[in-house]
Amino acid sequence: MSETKLVDARDTFCPGPLMELITHMKQASVGDTIELLSTDEGSGADVPEWVNKVGHEMLSNEKIEGVWHIKVRKAK
Amino acid sequence: MPQKFNIVCVTGTREKMQMAAMFASVAAATGDEVTVFLSMNALTYFVKGRAADAPAEGELGALLIAEKGVPPFKTLFQQAVELGDAKLLPCSMALDLMKITKEDLDSELGPPTGLTRFLSDAEDGQLLTF
Repeated sequence: MSETKLVDARDTFCPGPLMELITHMKQASVGDTIELLSTDEGSGADVPEWVNKVGHEMLSNEKIEGVWHIKVRKAK
Repeated sequence: MPQKFNIVCVTGTREKMQMAAMFASVAAATGDEVTVFLSMNALTYFVKGRAADAPAEGELGALLIAEKGVPPFKTLFQQAVELGDAKLLPCSMALDLMKITKEDLDSELGPPTGLTRFLSDAEDGQLLTF
């Protein structure tokens, strides 16, 4: 059964949000979804870059009221 | 295709330690092979019981210290080791100069390494110096 986990990395600067995501990715199972919250502008672009490079699946990336919501599915 | 990065930290200012730690953690967690060689003033922050109070060089360094949400450089180096199998190698000459041994350093540091060894291990990778 795949799970969705919320990782709140608001108010941390690069590479804080990315490292939070990677830490939780390591612990997650294949198929799980992680929703990362970030207020760091650079991370909004750089986190998807990492996700694509490593080969996970970007589900969505939207900015809502100043907060990036980045949804990623663990693919391997 | 994984790359190989050799990161050399010597200066020990806040900006340089932070940037080196960012490179190390992101590259290692992305699957690149990362070796960090710590010498001169940069090694002092990894001596047990010492504060990681690297001084700022300028405006950005002061901001790194003042802003609460900046990940501490030692945390990032630890994550490079834990999440990406990075190696943190203390310079054997710096240890000799400070009259300390590996036992006096934080546990995440690898074996004391001399320049001959480091250079031969580093020959087919990129070298970044801070």
